[in-house]
Amino acid sequence: MKMNRIVFPLALALAATLATTGCKHTPVKVTPIPGATNPNVGDRQANDTMPPSPPFNPDTDPSKHNIDTTALNEFEGMIKDPAALAANTIHFAFDSAAIKKSEKDNLVAVASALKSSLNDKLLIEGNCDERGTDEYNRALGERRALAAREALAKLGVSPDRIRTLSNGKDKPADSGHDESAWGKNRNDTFILLHPKAGV
Amino acid sequence: MKKIFTLIVTLATFCLSHANETDLGDITKGSPFAQKPVPVALSGFTGEGAEVLKFDLTVQGFSFVAPDQAQYLISGSDAGAVSGTLTDKFAKRQLLSRSYNGASLRRQAHAFADDIVQAVQNLKGIGQTKISFKAQPNSAGAGEIYVADFDGHGAQRITTDGAIVAKPAWVPGRLALYYTSYARGNPDIFYHSLSSGQRRVVAGYSGLNTSAAVSPDGAKVAMVLSKTGSPNIWVCNADGTGLKQITHGDEDSSPTWSPDGSWICFATKHNERRRLAKIPAGGGTVQYLNTAGAPNPTEPDWSPDGKWIAFTSQMGDFNICVMPAAGGGTPTVLVSGQNPSWAPNSRTLVFNRSLGYRQILSVLDVFTKQYKDCARATGSNSQPAWAK
Repeated sequence: MKMNRIVFPLALALAATLATTGCKHTPVKVTPIPGATNPNVGDRQANDTMPPSPPFNPDTDPSKHNIDTTALNEFEGMIKDPAALAANTIHFAFDSAAIKKSEKDNLVAVASALKSSLNDKLLIEGNCDERGTDEYNRALGERRALAAREALAKLGVSPDRIRTLSNGKDKPADSGHDESAWGKNRNDTFILLHPKAGV
Repeated sequence: MKKIFTLIVTLATFCLSHANETDLGDITKGSPFAQKPVPVALSGFTGEGAEVLKFDLTVQGFSFVAPDQAQYLISGSDAGAVSGTLTDKFAKRQLLSRSYNGASLRRQAHAFADDIVQAVQNLKGIGQTKISFKAQPNSAGAGEIYVADFDGHGAQRITTDGAIVAKPAWVPGRLALYYTSYARGNPDIFYHSLSSGQRRVVAGYSGLNTSAAVSPDGAKVAMVLSKTGSPNIWVCNADGTGLKQITHGDEDSSPTWSPDGSWICFATKHNERRRLAKIPAGGGTVQYLNTAGAPNPTEPDWSPDGKWIAFTSQMGDFNICVMPAAGGGTPTVLVSGQNPSWAPNSRTLVFNRSLGYRQILSVLDVFTKQYKDCARATGSNSQPAWAK
């Protein structure tokens, strides 16, 4: 403490002298790097280190009891059957969530599958091609899934049985980068959800 | 008359903010985005120190030239540790003489760069700041959230979800993030403390939960939810409580806060055209921004000094644009890229741009349009967020 009080003004005086005399090759002011092992965040120093995160455990997640996951819970544990309605994937025009008239037969087929087995539910995954920004496309994929949910409701399926999920442009059906791939990637896929055995 | 007045104001603003520069060559163009970089010459640095100094200073408005063309001379050494001096050749005055110890050589060089920025521009340098971003093995599919130095070095993986992840956002002044992860089979928003490693879901409603943006005081989070049937902007407390719907459009995305916390800017659609708009953070009347000349604007990010809004315009390809937040000016197209995020200095942006079919992170000085590519973590890197 006492040391600093003496050394600091001395260093300042020395630095000031050097600055005025213009001595170039003898740096004198030693600047320790604050927090050698601690990263800075923005303007402030943080006395935090960053361990890798532990694997996420939904059972111990403290927030699970505080938030409304009712809608999600209803679908949890159901068995995904992506094959059942794979032939009924519907496709969209560029940057559009409007359902084309030509997709009506596919939606009717999905609706009748749900009507014929009342214990099944449906997951609609909305997808986009790569020609949109990330978060815009995440919203666009959701609008595509919601549009199909709306259409199925009009065909007599209760919307409570339908969950939507947007992949944005993160889950392309075709990894190509041309119109043929983009056309395939602008879609809603329908995944039938069966109740768990014994439920 | 109005033009002359604008020019005078521009000149005055420029002179005030660049009192240290003697070269005012480009100001007659009247654009704040065509400034000449500050010419500096570097000597004595050979390895990593030279690389760091060049990176840091280039993206804060300096250019490296021969000594006879430079206004400032930077000399010193990075053998073992960094030491250096900064001399103003025109004023014939030494501005800085320091040596550094501790941490790593890179960190010492970043600290020297910060001192140079402070001495020449009287601004706090960004050399020792952090970014977070999303990394994917390919350009699509599952990924993880990473944290790194702002130049991409020292990247550290934060998540182990093996799922689609998206849009990290820093809590101002803290080692904590919000981000989207599909770990539970649905896009949910997580809060993740990087000091404790603990995380929790703050928005896990049915449908879409994404695009978290933390208010400048850290107390509120804006986000996109679709729980009422269309993607809209919602605001909740930092812990997820007190949820309130703010917008009611059909296609809202990408909220960002004004630095005083009173406005939220977002992307939306109006009269069949994609627009940027702002709305009082507590809800209210939507005001549409003038983005003429920059079609299909998305991904706005408000600068920490409140003056600018950076965003992505889609005109065939993606372009990074900047416009005055207060209106009264049209957007300026800067470089090709997406997902701009401001540095704490309100002049540098981190964004991602295409390299082949992958994305890489790049750091851009908006006033001189100089940019440098970041070191790459695994695969494709995108959606960077600058810690502030």
